Amino acid sequence: MKSTVRKNKARSSAGKKVLMVILILWAGIQLFPLYWMLTFSLKDNSEIFGENIIGLPKNWIWENYTTALTKGNVGRYFLNSIIVTGCTILLTTIIAMMATYALTRMLWKGRKTMNNLFMLGLTIPIHAAILPVFIILRELGMTNSYQALIIPYAGFALAMAIMISSSFMEAIPKELEEAACIDGCSVYGIFGRIILPLMKPALSTIAIFVFLQAWNELMFATIFISDSKYRTLTVGIQTLSGSYTTNWGPIGAALAIATFPTLLVYCFMSSKIQESLVMGAIKG
Amino acid sequence: MEKVRRNKIAIVLFLLPAVILFAVIIVLPILMSSYYSLLDWDGITKGSFVGIKNYIELFTSKSAGFPKTLRNAMLLAVLSTFIQLPISLFFAIVLARGIKGEKVFVSIFFIPVLISTTVIGQLWLKIYNPDYGLINAGLRNLGLDSWTRVWLGDQKTALYAVFIPILWQYVGYHMLLMYAGVKSISPQLAEAARIDGASEWGVSRYITIPLLRPILRISVIFAVTGSFKAFDLIYVLTNGGPAHASEVPSTLMVSMIFGRNRYGFGSAIAILIISLCFFFAVVLRKLISSKEVE
Repeated sequence: MKSTVRKNKARSSAGKKVLMVILILWAGIQLFPLYWMLTFSLKDNSEIFGENIIGLPKNWIWENYTTALTKGNVGRYFLNSIIVTGCTILLTTIIAMMATYALTRMLWKGRKTMNNLFMLGLTIPIHAAILPVFIILRELGMTNSYQALIIPYAGFALAMAIMISSSFMEAIPKELEEAACIDGCSVYGIFGRIILPLMKPALSTIAIFVFLQAWNELMFATIFISDSKYRTLTVGIQTLSGSYTTNWGPIGAALAIATFPTLLVYCFMSSKIQESLVMGAIKG
Repeated sequence: MEKVRRNKIAIVLFLLPAVILFAVIIVLPILMSSYYSLLDWDGITKGSFVGIKNYIELFTSKSAGFPKTLRNAMLLAVLSTFIQLPISLFFAIVLARGIKGEKVFVSIFFIPVLISTTVIGQLWLKIYNPDYGLINAGLRNLGLDSWTRVWLGDQKTALYAVFIPILWQYVGYHMLLMYAGVKSISPQLAEAARIDGASEWGVSRYITIPLLRPILRISVIFAVTGSFKAFDLIYVLTNGGPAHASEVPSTLMVSMIFGRNRYGFGSAIAILIISLCFFFAVVLRKLISSKEVE
């Protein structure tokens, strides 16, 4: 009896080792392209193209980064992406929270139907809208502007944002509002001074979603923006790689610059990000 | 309070921005796309109404190549469901059972999901580069020169070469969903089975996986609808080429509308993409939940 237990233990520890090796191998597969990107962003062509393909750079060529930022215009694109993403987060959050208040707290006929209608937005792919939205923007003379991206991104993020804020808002006790009401607070006061401050946790969840969508979006950004003044990072990188086909260093630098904010945010809030994405998927 | 909650003006004010945004960006465009899809229109002159002619052309015209894009999307859906999801499931179960470095592995596996598909696409362009890319350089170093290929430029390999990064990027996403699912299953169940002598494989097969069904359903739905919507990586890597070998519905739609000014025909593709995603979401939901009743 004892010996079989020991045998089982031995077998399971051998199994654990095999699993560990598999896990480490897979981690390597997932990370290696990123490692390679970071190294070639610091190399010159002779290293990238033969001498030292996968090793750490021998000479750290930081000029690749300055070339990308200035000559490659990546600094400008980066700023544009921050403006577009930041405004989208702000706009989506405000609009979604207002709508959620009316949908979860106010009493009126048809709010269930209205809510279901919004939730339908979760399943609509952006492809459905690209041509009509392009035509609407063109008619309004709004292509080649930040709004050309901010408004459609906000529109497509709205359903998710309403869903997330609903689940947070439902957890706020109704007594708080009632107390404020007795103290003579108007409905706008209740929303602005009681509800909004309590919705901070929802804010970060919404912000994570919108950030990932807006920061990484390519299809709208390619079609709606042709002026390099408003070009965002994703499209900027596409342009850059077209003009630097034989000089990989600056492209690697541009890719690293585009990835850096995401990784930085992820370092500080990885569990919050994981939680948010799981929640969004399971509720949706 | 009751009176405050029924304040009609406040309700309208709170809802108005969301309703306008939703109407202009989502509802109106879908209606417009449906209408455009019935037109023969180049976007410049006045279009003429042609009924369902665009849809007929989609399925019958050889030169437009739409059926081929559907086949490609379906192949991607099958590969995602039967290769990507099992890999994700394996890692989710292994990690959720508890192993040294569990949290670190979860975080690492999830990193590719967060990175822009454009960046990933550009990176894999370099990996596949016929002269200096990692793959061909690696093969040459191993003395396998005859295996080197122009991976993205060869009609035989382009489609699979494009699919690999897509599968690679989202393994972590499904893993995370399933990992959260396994974590939410009461550990006592698995423990009881182990005391009764069940092997780890038996526990997974008869306890974890059946209880994970709601999450697996979500993953399958995402994998399949995602395959019909796929755009970014394919656009960056091949834009559907060479000779439409890696074309998918979305890349064909964009090149029809913005490359060849076939606004009506492109809109018909858009409508089909939405309908297919909707169709698969509904069918898979029915299909997978009915099994649970058995």
